[in-house]
Amino acid sequence: MSIPKEKLLWMYETMVKSRYYEEQLVEAYAEGKKPVFNIGAGPVPGEMHLSNGQEPAAVGICAHLTKDDTVASPHRPHHHAIAKGVNLNRMTAEIFGKETGLGKGKGGHMHLFDPEVKFSCGGIVAAGIPQAAGAALAAKQKGTDSVAVAFIGEGAANAGAFHETLNMAALWKLPLIVVVENNSWGISVPKTASTAISSNDKRAAAYENTTGYLVEDNDPIEMYRVSQEAVERARRGEGPSIIEIETFRFLGHFQGDPELYREKDEVPSLLLRDPIERIKNKILSEGAASENEVEQLENKAKNEVDAAFQFARESEYPKPEAALEDVFC
Amino acid sequence: MQTTKRMLTGNKAMAEAIAQEMERDPNVFVLGEDVGKYGGIFGATQGLLEKFGDKRVLDTPISETAFIGAAIGAAAEGMRPIVELMFVDFFGVCMDQIYNHMAKIPYMSGGNVKLPMVLMTGVGGGYSDAAQHSQTLYATFAHLPGMKVVAPSTPYDLKGMMASAIRDDNPVVFMFHKTLQGLGWMDQVDESVGEVPEEAYTVPLGKANVVREGTDVTIVGIQMMTHQAVAAAKILENQGISAEVIDIRSLVPLDKETILNSVRKTHRLVVVDEDYKSYGFTSEIAAIAAEEALYELEAPVKRLAIPDVPIPYSRDLEKYVLPNAQKIADAVVKLMKE
Ligand SMILES: Cc1ncc(C[n+]2csc(CCOP(=O)(O)OP(=O)(O)O)c2C)c(N)n1
Ligand SMILES: [Mg+2]
Repeated sequence: MSIPKEKLLWMYETMVKSRYYEEQLVEAYAEGKKPVFNIGAGPVPGEMHLSNGQEPAAVGICAHLTKDDTVASPHRPHHHAIAKGVNLNRMTAEIFGKETGLGKGKGGHMHLFDPEVKFSCGGIVAAGIPQAAGAALAAKQKGTDSVAVAFIGEGAANAGAFHETLNMAALWKLPLIVVVENNSWGISVPKTASTAISSNDKRAAAYENTTGYLVEDNDPIEMYRVSQEAVERARRGEGPSIIEIETFRFLGHFQGDPELYREKDEVPSLLLRDPIERIKNKILSEGAASENEVEQLENKAKNEVDAAFQFARESEYPKPEAALEDVFC
Repeated sequence: MQTTKRMLTGNKAMAEAIAQEMERDPNVFVLGEDVGKYGGIFGATQGLLEKFGDKRVLDTPISETAFIGAAIGAAAEGMRPIVELMFVDFFGVCMDQIYNHMAKIPYMSGGNVKLPMVLMTGVGGGYSDAAQHSQTLYATFAHLPGMKVVAPSTPYDLKGMMASAIRDDNPVVFMFHKTLQGLGWMDQVDESVGEVPEEAYTVPLGKANVVREGTDVTIVGIQMMTHQAVAAAKILENQGISAEVIDIRSLVPLDKETILNSVRKTHRLVVVDEDYKSYGFTSEIAAIAAEEALYELEAPVKRLAIPDVPIPYSRDLEKYVLPNAQKIADAVVKLMKE
């Protein structure tokens, strides 16, 4: 398919930004946790779920969204946040627990809220799906053509909230798109041991007004293509879609995961199919940009991330008593 | 008999109890997320898959309503399931099965249906896991009639109370504290390792434990807060204050007598909780003291708990809301002047 050059380059730049962001977090998270790993230590404590390898899902659909469309994300949210245009400085400050963070340090990496670009995420698996449906319902009630996207892992597609919401969204023809990132794993449980259907797009057949799409092999271009269809259907009021994308989890479920459940050669073989390398090769081979231009994009992306980390590190921690604020408005 | 002390972490003590009960009784089986190869995210089922196979140790989909409901259904058929809800915070997606069914079916059936099952779940914060992964929710469960709710704080009790919970014919909610599991990737606290006999034994559900005797003030704690209270008692000792510390161990049934006897001796009561303050464990113990021993008290009851806010992420914010030894000691010193 033909993809506008500026979209292609935006996808590349955003994937690079997202990957580099996670790489910086790997480092920052490890600070204070050596030689003995302690989840509560260092400048970035708590659980940390990173998205290295899963960038195509985020950029392929966010390329079709505007600031007025809603994204609800799960516990592994950074690639979605970055692709949706969440304020990178304030997101990073939040992950560092700083006063300048999106939630003034109250939320942390699993609980990022940026109402400016209608982004949210949460730590309870599948909880974002009905909330995205609610955003879609609001758009419908207000008479706008905005859509809502819920990102979930393949493991979350077995939660009641997924099935309840899809039925309701189909019934009401809501402009909802559920993107299922199939990285083959729900923590230590392989998809084959948790899911009684080969791919979740097929579950669309259970409901009227609902279309299922399958994107194979973590392909950002194909993700872009099917997302365009799904988003356009939603904007036209034709109902919800499920997009399943086969994607890769390069890292552990969370940082510090010993991964004893996964074959040692799985990740190396996935890395050979790194989607960022593949899209870069496409850009260069099709002449969408020169080596030099690509490098400029990469540098721009990385500088933005570096600036965000610097902003986060230089920001102040909240005053302890601030813990008592913001329960009610 | 053991001659040398054998030390185990909290999670290994639990897993040993489960293994011994599985050997004793073929009806005992385990299900939950990542309980198989992973051995439970907090290690409570480590080694069980290897020992008993995947017919008795079942990894589930992320479908808490389905697998907890299934545990109820299997228990009604005479099986003795142990079902793990990974973090107690996730109860929200499956609470109907827990409190409308597991907790009520025995009663609604006039005692004709028994549900001999254990719902075990990880609780507690203190490591910046934020609002959806750090709660204890002790009172949320203890408030609802029909289920026993226990919260052991030592490896010895984790093993003995797990064995009792499995053998109990009632549904038991077994809360284990993440920090007391002895996990290599968490804060290393001494109390997460302790002496545990190899042979099977039981510790009764519903008995509090006086873990430190004292004469001036009674401090009642639960799980991590028991250990913080013991640390506070050591601080207070240097200031000439003798604190008695009670580890509640079991919220339902609640051992009122041990608390009241202590209050009759010390005449002062402090209750420490890692749950929200209002309508909680501290309120309950204070109310019992007021109802049954008001005239024994020489000072108002003092409560320390999370000040009715969700658990914040940033380290200093979380520290601010969690009680600790120094905060307990300060409260006691103030109370002694009343
Ligand atoms: C309701 C609920 N149950 C369980 C969990 C614990 N948990 C967090 S992530 C996860 C696995 C999720 O797998 P998947 O949906 O495939 O997403 P992935 O982690 O692979 O991105 C589990 C079981 C949770 N957070 N919420
Ligand atoms: Mg997954």
